[in-house]
Amino acid sequence: MDQPDGKYSIVVEHLVKKFGSFTAVNDVSFKVKEGEIFGLLGPNGAGKTTTISILSTIVNLTSGKASIYGRDVVHEKDAVRNLIGIVFQDPSLDDELTGRENLDIHARLYGVKGKAKLEAIDRVLKLVELDDKANIQVRAYSGGMKRRLEIARGFIHDPKVLFLDEPTIGLDPQTRRKIWDYILHLNEREKVTIILTTHYMEEADELCDRIAIIDHGKIIKVDTSEKLKDSLGGDVIKIGTNKPKELVALVKKKKIAVSAMEHDGTVEITAKDGSKALPRIIEFAKGAKIDIEYSTLKRPTLEDVFISLTGKEIRDEQASGADQMKQKWRARGR
Amino acid sequence: MATTIDTIYTIWLREIKRFLKSKSRILGTGGQPLIWLAIVGVGFGSAIGVLAGGVSYITFMAPGIIGMTILFSSIFAGINVIYDKQFGFMKEILVAPVSRVGIVLGKIAGSATVSLISAITVLVIVILVGIIPVSSLTVAGLIEAVVFMVLTAAIFVSVGLVIATSINNMEGFQVIINFFILPLFFLSGALFPLTDAPLWMKAVSAVDPLRYGVDGMRGALIGTAAASYPLALDFVIILGVAVVLIAVADFAFRRMQAK
Repeated sequence: MDQPDGKYSIVVEHLVKKFGSFTAVNDVSFKVKEGEIFGLLGPNGAGKTTTISILSTIVNLTSGKASIYGRDVVHEKDAVRNLIGIVFQDPSLDDELTGRENLDIHARLYGVKGKAKLEAIDRVLKLVELDDKANIQVRAYSGGMKRRLEIARGFIHDPKVLFLDEPTIGLDPQTRRKIWDYILHLNEREKVTIILTTHYMEEADELCDRIAIIDHGKIIKVDTSEKLKDSLGGDVIKIGTNKPKELVALVKKKKIAVSAMEHDGTVEITAKDGSKALPRIIEFAKGAKIDIEYSTLKRPTLEDVFISLTGKEIRDEQASGADQMKQKWRARGR
Repeated sequence: MATTIDTIYTIWLREIKRFLKSKSRILGTGGQPLIWLAIVGVGFGSAIGVLAGGVSYITFMAPGIIGMTILFSSIFAGINVIYDKQFGFMKEILVAPVSRVGIVLGKIAGSATVSLISAITVLVIVILVGIIPVSSLTVAGLIEAVVFMVLTAAIFVSVGLVIATSINNMEGFQVIINFFILPLFFLSGALFPLTDAPLWMKAVSAVDPLRYGVDGMRGALIGTAAASYPLALDFVIILGVAVVLIAVADFAFRRMQAK
């Protein structure tokens, strides 16, 4: 081991989970540093939720090892449960009770008592701005409010690690943005390590210090969002021109780009720092009497990274189908 | 960390809060037994007249209807578990750092309390309207009756929980419960004395836990002449069954978690 475990809040080694003959998690290893936001990014069915369920002691692993602050998730379940807070993918509130009552039950189950309990409840309610709605039955809450209450609840007992399983699934863009703010706030101000799963690229991009790209139960790559994007070689510049072949040759000769090629009459250039490379290319083109009709510059997205690593898109159609089901499920009152 | 007692109390508290918020449940649990007493009690009572021991039919039946109240409201406590599974709250409980036995005992205590509230309500009403004559009541008898109520509730709540842990939808649960609940009720001696019943019926009713619960309440509230067995025997049997079924419920809960 290269570093002592003390620096990591979560250590996962060769984790395997089989459901019958189906392998949901297939030899997954990763380490989460203390205080970071770590994302598991992948399509639905990639094994993200199963991984989280194992780490939060809900599901038993088939083989491998996982620990939270050195506590084994199989053999020291109660110690692990004390260290973590979790927001499940599916709602897990008691709709019949009020927001405050839900928080009260949670606090009691985690041994938070008396004055400390009341203070903790008020603190988390304020944090997610539900203090004025606390005494309403949860069944009257909107989807976003329920989500906020769940995040507040996951945080009452001062966990060292917070698990967020698809925290913004099925929520509208405004609510999503708000929840991102809460998550970042929790991480910065309360110094809690956060591990979240998502199949939304922009969510992983916005929130995560490091991202593990996961597909078919395997982790394909772990890195920061920037480095993942850089691994594609740089920015993508597209130029429309009357002399594509000459432009490709020119760019190659001047060594401005990592690569350049003609594609359906358009020149596609990959360059390390696209915003600086583009004006230089235009300047050289002018000098060589090559007319430029248009140009675009695109920073690679995580989507591009995902496609280059897995050879496919993140299957958004399937994802949105599942979202719809989730929304219906959420909308259902008790 | 929360102690086992904290856990039992927390889970119990949630059940009670849910019950108090549900007005239909409160009305239903109290209303249904009274309808039985009014219709079946009066109807059969006028046909049957006075039973052996000089007890009127409706008086004989009253402890049986209290037993029925407990049976119905206890066994449907399992529905709460299915609710919790379907709506995700079960995960919230299972991921908490609390002892598993605390969760089960809290569930049993909570649901049994709700049953007990209904049963005592019915008891108070039958005493107030004179179905159970005040002359036959003693303080000891009332306390004994409540003990039988508690143990009977614990038994059927446990049965409901065990069934609920292995079933994931309301419909399946209803089907199974409806299959069991009427034989359990009719063979308990709640509605008619089993003294002159055929041997097969006596044999089957001997394994019906409700039989001992009803018989114990009858002995405690009306007098031992109306009961089939000595009070102590009823008590020992029902206590034993309760302990075993609570243990089974605990086991079933742990198994559900491991999945």
